[in-house]
Amino acid sequence: MSVSFALLGLLENGPRHGYDLKRTYDDTFGRDRSLHYGQVYSTMARLLKNGLVEVESEPGDGPDRKRYAITHAGITDVAEWIGRPEKPEPYLQSTLYTKVVLALLTGRDANEVLDAQRAEHLRLMRELTRRKNDGDLADELICDHALFHLEADLRWLELTAARLDRLAARVRP
Amino acid sequence: MTGRSLRRWIFELGLGARMSVAGGRAGWARLALIAAGTGVGVALLLCLAILPSALEASGARETARTEAIDSEREIARGDGTMLIGIATTTFGDDSIHGRMLQPEGSRPPVPPGVATLPKPGEMLVSPALQRLIERNPVLAQRWDARIVGTIGDEGLTGPADLAFYLGTDTLDEETGFRIDAFGHRSEDAGVDPFMVLLTAVGMVVLLTPVVVFMASAVRFGGEARDRRLAALRLVGSDAAMTRRIAAGETLAGAVLGLLVGAVLAVGAVLLAHRYGTGALSFFLADMRPVPVLVALIAVGVPAVAILVTLSAMRRVVVEPLGVVRLSHTVRRRLWWRLIMPVGGILLLWPLTGGLGDSPGSGTIEFQAATGVALLLIGLALLLPWLVDAVVHRLGGGGVAWELAVRRLQLDSGTAVRAVSGIAVSVAGVIAIQGLVSGIETQISSPGASSSAQSWHQILPKTELPVTTWTGALRETPGIQNVETVRLARATREGVETIVRIGGCKALVTYAVLPACTDGDAFTVNVASTGVFDIAGGGQWTAPASTRDVTAIDQLVDYGPMLLITPAAAADKFPPGETRYTVTLDRSRPDALEQLRNAAARLDPQALVIDPDNTAVADVLRTMRQSLLIGTIAMLALIGASLVINMAEQMRERRRVMAVLVAFGTRRRTLSGSVLLQAAVPVLLGMTLAIGFGSGLAALLMAAVEAPITVDWFGIGTTSGMAALVVLGTTAAALPTLLRLTRPGNLRSE
Amino acid sequence: MTDQPLLVADSLRLNFGETKALDDASLHIWPGEIVALMGPSGSGKSTLLHCLAGILQPESGRVSYDGRDLTAMSDSERSALRRGEFGFVFQFGQLVPELTCVENVALPLRLSGAGRREAHRTATDWLERLEVGDVGAKRPGQVSGGQGQRVAVARALVSRPRVVFADEPTGALDSLNGELVMKLFIAAARDTGAAVVLVTHEARVAAYSDREAVVRDGRVREQEYAR
Repeated sequence: MSVSFALLGLLENGPRHGYDLKRTYDDTFGRDRSLHYGQVYSTMARLLKNGLVEVESEPGDGPDRKRYAITHAGITDVAEWIGRPEKPEPYLQSTLYTKVVLALLTGRDANEVLDAQRAEHLRLMRELTRRKNDGDLADELICDHALFHLEADLRWLELTAARLDRLAARVRP
Repeated sequence: MTGRSLRRWIFELGLGARMSVAGGRAGWARLALIAAGTGVGVALLLCLAILPSALEASGARETARTEAIDSEREIARGDGTMLIGIATTTFGDDSIHGRMLQPEGSRPPVPPGVATLPKPGEMLVSPALQRLIERNPVLAQRWDARIVGTIGDEGLTGPADLAFYLGTDTLDEETGFRIDAFGHRSEDAGVDPFMVLLTAVGMVVLLTPVVVFMASAVRFGGEARDRRLAALRLVGSDAAMTRRIAAGETLAGAVLGLLVGAVLAVGAVLLAHRYGTGALSFFLADMRPVPVLVALIAVGVPAVAILVTLSAMRRVVVEPLGVVRLSHTVRRRLWWRLIMPVGGILLLWPLTGGLGDSPGSGTIEFQAATGVALLLIGLALLLPWLVDAVVHRLGGGGVAWELAVRRLQLDSGTAVRAVSGIAVSVAGVIAIQGLVSGIETQISSPGASSSAQSWHQILPKTELPVTTWTGALRETPGIQNVETVRLARATREGVETIVRIGGCKALVTYAVLPACTDGDAFTVNVASTGVFDIAGGGQWTAPASTRDVTAIDQLVDYGPMLLITPAAAADKFPPGETRYTVTLDRSRPDALEQLRNAAARLDPQALVIDPDNTAVADVLRTMRQSLLIGTIAMLALIGASLVINMAEQMRERRRVMAVLVAFGTRRRTLSGSVLLQAAVPVLLGMTLAIGFGSGLAALLMAAVEAPITVDWFGIGTTSGMAALVVLGTTAAALPTLLRLTRPGNLRSE
Repeated sequence: MTDQPLLVADSLRLNFGETKALDDASLHIWPGEIVALMGPSGSGKSTLLHCLAGILQPESGRVSYDGRDLTAMSDSERSALRRGEFGFVFQFGQLVPELTCVENVALPLRLSGAGRREAHRTATDWLERLEVGDVGAKRPGQVSGGQGQRVAVARALVSRPRVVFADEPTGALDSLNGELVMKLFIAAARDTGAAVVLVTHEARVAAYSDREAVVRDGRVREQEYAR
């Protein structure tokens, strides 16, 4: 799910070839999981079908020469996705990271991403805290497990927020 | 000790020394405080070490210039003899050493500091006297002589010494002494044991607070240091290591203190040279400290500092965690604190039977001084226990009181250390005041004030016609009334009686007369009837109106006396020595000096007796005053250390204070607690000091066989001063308090 | 609950030398609500708390409490307000080390003029409520960190303040003690109806709040107050 928004978001800064797109994705988000070409093309095909991207053909032949560009509908979709906090759950790292980097790349306010996410996390944490304090020991242990994980996420968020300037300098060419 | 462990020792001492300055600005400030505190103490000690040699040097010159008069030996007139007259006079309150010199041959003795003897009509003066004369034209008229030179340093006791030599040719064997040398060679007459006791006790009274003060100075910033060392202890330094590190830290301050003290002492020496007067005026070359004492100071001060530090460290070494967390308090034990005062009492008790008259043995004085020192140091040791014991029983009261009392319960040591200095000086001063007033009551009878006080007497040495004197005195400005009293002697049934013949106005200066007209006669301590044999021939019969009277207070012990008005004397008595009694116009400030001038011009050897000036009482008063000044200086010093302690404590507690202010504590409450925190230990210290001081005074009074009295004046003044110190301390600490309780301090963490 | 906020910070600005501690910071606290002030270190959250409590004066902007302008009050008026209406819990060093725990708790009452005996009785009740009834006679140096912090909470609440300011109340504690302190603290605050302004960087602590406000670079991003 987040891969298609990531690819879409990368197109916001200008049209790219499929190969170029894979390279940029791998550089920015890939780390230990680089994309297959096939994944890029199948995603692009789906986005094309949904009208979120369009193809600019260039003289030459072969699939490599296809250049993809984002449509207005695509931009709206990316904005909506970035601004929407994720449902708080453990191991959100990759998606949140993608959102923050994309926000920076596309000139949106990354702090807002973090604030929205924090608000969402805290909402859940409040509920867990309430349940914990009203419940028995089993509830307490279960809730605490979730709370500590959520807290870890939030801490990472705070850390990221504190490092946004450095991150921006790195991801923005 | 192996080389290895020596290296470790040096490393640890060095680590301590480094730690003392490593605390950044606070560390340096602490070191500076310790250095300043010990420095002041060292300077005082050095000055005391200088005093003996300086006094000796000036005393030696004094002896060298004193004429060698030997009553046993008759000196025949010769080529090497000289007649001298004692022309010592007074200007204001300053005594001026003066001699009239009249050589009788070609090789007369020459006093030290004089190259050529002044000829008649010439005089030599000391530089200080020359300056005094230049400033005071009245004094310039005292001698009918021209100043032809100055006396050299080797003939003076000090730079401020007032002295002159007057050349003359009017002396004869009656009015002058014949000498063949200068330099007083007789052995010491022995100093009054009272005075030795007084000096010994005085030294102890001044020295003990200095020691106590230095002991508290090396503990400036002690709480922070304790915590730092406790932390070191927690990370694994053993007890001995911790002690050595602490010793190194203190050593740095103490050595710096020695340097500061040396500098201050040099400053004091220069000041004494420039401004010292009277007995405390010395030449620079005189002020060489006694080497043994200097060595004692140089070794003793750091040693005492280290001992104090180590004893203060017990808590850190024993329970480092408690120090770090401020969780335990050490209760003080009483028994060993009693050893010193009890020892002091045991030493002093045998003296209460009286000192006896054996001067110069030294044992008794040493015993007394040691006893006093033990008592005073014992006081300093008892005080922490007392404060501890009392504050733990205190409770209740308002918030300020509660904060102060609880603070003292948690740690009263810091406050008490400063206060023990006050307590020791106050106790000492009360004891000394008591002793001095005891001696005073012995020397002069109480209530010595009568109408005679306003009369001045002139005792001529040279015989001059009475009219010369009365004429000159009547012409002197400021002299209102001139009476003459002629002296004679008479015997009645084997009792020799002094006879004074003069007008009623003159006779009232000797006895309390009910009424007096010319023709009356009075007797003192002798029968008022019968026939008196006049020395030199003739008899005098007491008229029927002769009354028995009592002498004025000062003359009570003078023995029998006949007071006769001229008409009653009826020229039966031969002409004899005549004295003059004058009253001065009190509205003229220079009247007394004019009188002295008139007397000196007629007869430089004439003695002018100033009834306001009673020499012994003067010495005692000076002693009392210098003690008082010393005590005030001491109290100021202690006040300063209290302020420092308090400021330091407040700095350490700034977080707590900021929190107190955050939840709305009034500044008034906080300053109230600061005041009480200083006042409670001072109050307890004063109570103990007054008790100890009065007890000590009673012991000493018993030793000099004076009636035992309580010196309320001394108690009042010293208590007042102590109260001032508390108020001053609080006032001085308030700016720090206000600064530290500015709410912004919450964010300093 | 009323429709009026109890405590309002309006466009506060405050500099410490070159550093902008508060830069147009605004915040509203409604009666009885618990608000977490979050944000990175040095963002100005403690400074904002101190301004709200009238401990620091902002250079511009105003703080009003219950319709009264705090910034226009004299120092003694603000002190009186802090004594009567506010309570404080800090991270460190807040208990007076030489007073016993019960005396520490009784202190705000006594500062407001209560008698010693009565103040101590109330203080003892509060210590029991925070489950530290047994440490009353000990001094702060003799109790554990968690106990000390609960004593501090008791002291903050003893005068029944309308607002309690808590600056990292669990900052020096482990999770277990921190949880206990927060649980007791918030329960007691809700019981007495006190509003709480809670500065914390820990999400688990912030989770005890009703809403959070994020301070960043001296500015506040305030969540809507949900009634």
